[in-house]
Amino acid sequence: MNPLITSLARLLIFPGLLCAVPAAWFFLWVERKAVARMQGRIGPPFMQPFFDFIKLMGKTTPPRNGIAGLLMRAWPLIAVSSAAGAVGLLPVLPASGGFQGDLILLLALLELPSMCIIAAGFSSGSIFGEIGSAREAVLSVSYNIVFLLAILSIAASQHTFSLEALAQLPSSPLRWLGILALLVCLPAKLHLNPFSLPNAEQEIYSGPMTEYAGPELAMWELSHGLEWVAAVGLVATLVAPAVAAGWLAILIFIAISFAIVLLLSVVASATARLQIDTTVRFYWQCTLIFAVLAVAAALFVRFKA
Amino acid sequence: MKLWNKLMCYSRQHSPWLFHMNSGSCNGCDIEIVASLSPRYDAEQLGVRLEGSPRHADILLVTGPVTHNAAAAIRTVYGQVCGPKAVVAIGSCPATTNVFIESRTLEGPLDKHIPVDVFVPGCPPRPDAIILGVAKAAEILAARGNKLPEESVMVPIADSACCKDGCACEAKKESEVKTEGVQA
Repeated sequence: MNPLITSLARLLIFPGLLCAVPAAWFFLWVERKAVARMQGRIGPPFMQPFFDFIKLMGKTTPPRNGIAGLLMRAWPLIAVSSAAGAVGLLPVLPASGGFQGDLILLLALLELPSMCIIAAGFSSGSIFGEIGSAREAVLSVSYNIVFLLAILSIAASQHTFSLEALAQLPSSPLRWLGILALLVCLPAKLHLNPFSLPNAEQEIYSGPMTEYAGPELAMWELSHGLEWVAAVGLVATLVAPAVAAGWLAILIFIAISFAIVLLLSVVASATARLQIDTTVRFYWQCTLIFAVLAVAAALFVRFKA
Repeated sequence: MKLWNKLMCYSRQHSPWLFHMNSGSCNGCDIEIVASLSPRYDAEQLGVRLEGSPRHADILLVTGPVTHNAAAAIRTVYGQVCGPKAVVAIGSCPATTNVFIESRTLEGPLDKHIPVDVFVPGCPPRPDAIILGVAKAAEILAARGNKLPEESVMVPIADSACCKDGCACEAKKESEVKTEGVQA
């Protein structure tokens, strides 16, 4: 088949936009429902994120003029498209293509939404947006070191930067260490509770999103959902055992993703928000050492072999 | 197109996001609003979400008898909520200024400043009554949503000036605004 058509199909149909958007809404619902159940509530109905999206699409937005207004409209679209691109790279089906280095591209695309959030908060001109953006920037400097080191340790121990190859190779103890480090970083990446500083609604309204309304806000919600799918999908890719049958691979992938979403939501509802300096200390002092050890061990094992 | 309108109507009714504004309330009603989101009453079943920014909200919950200081702020915040929007007055204070009636520190009741869709009387009202009020406001919002093109003045949050001579409020007052009472 034509590689262009294949990659377009991956980006737009499976596992890209057409399948990823319902998955994003489903993950958002699971998160809210799990938090509600943990608090002894019933929680939102199944279609809630979908209704929220449709409703936001029908709302008006305040007039935005000049370059700042143009930028403010552009950031959520960039965030959504990069998150959708990241989802499109996930090797859900075995032997679905991919190339050497697509892991690096996935990481870059996964990082873009948080860059957009930082830029959006600063271009909105709201003081709460600026505080939120500054927090997001500090947070991303803290967790990204650990996140990237964890990925690096996995890639170094398996000697490949291709997602497809990583999904097929049998796992080693070092890989599990890397996956554990990834899991520690996910709450910060997805702005979940112990590290939900950028959008701390009791302190700084909605952080970078304060000035956003209507369809733009709908795009931010969607990009958040797609980030969920991409980040959880990345971990699920690394965790899932390699199987030959396509449908079984998809089932295992969905089951593992669901389990990770549940785990993250339960952690989010069981914890309170940490202060920014506590968060930075957590990543730089407590977690970084293990990530460095994992990379060192991976490199040592590789050069010995 | 018709299907889209129907879907929009249904979504508006099932996803009311709230912004809570205190206009000099004694904190009694505010506690009851929070109680309506608590495990016992759980308003999130109706899709309710308490939002941090008025920009995200559909329904403005106002408590308190509107003091001098709060009057301009209320008009500002009303201008910041993006349309279609509805206002719910929580408690007896915004409806009648309650026991503070004829006080010289007040500029209440609330409907002198912004159009109110639903009044939830009580001092304070029970959480069930607040949830019922929000549900009614969501119904009103869904019913008039597409028909009413809202020409409201948008004020940035960073800007603390009140909405330009209250034109948004006057324009909406002329178009008929359905007002309903909710019995506690």
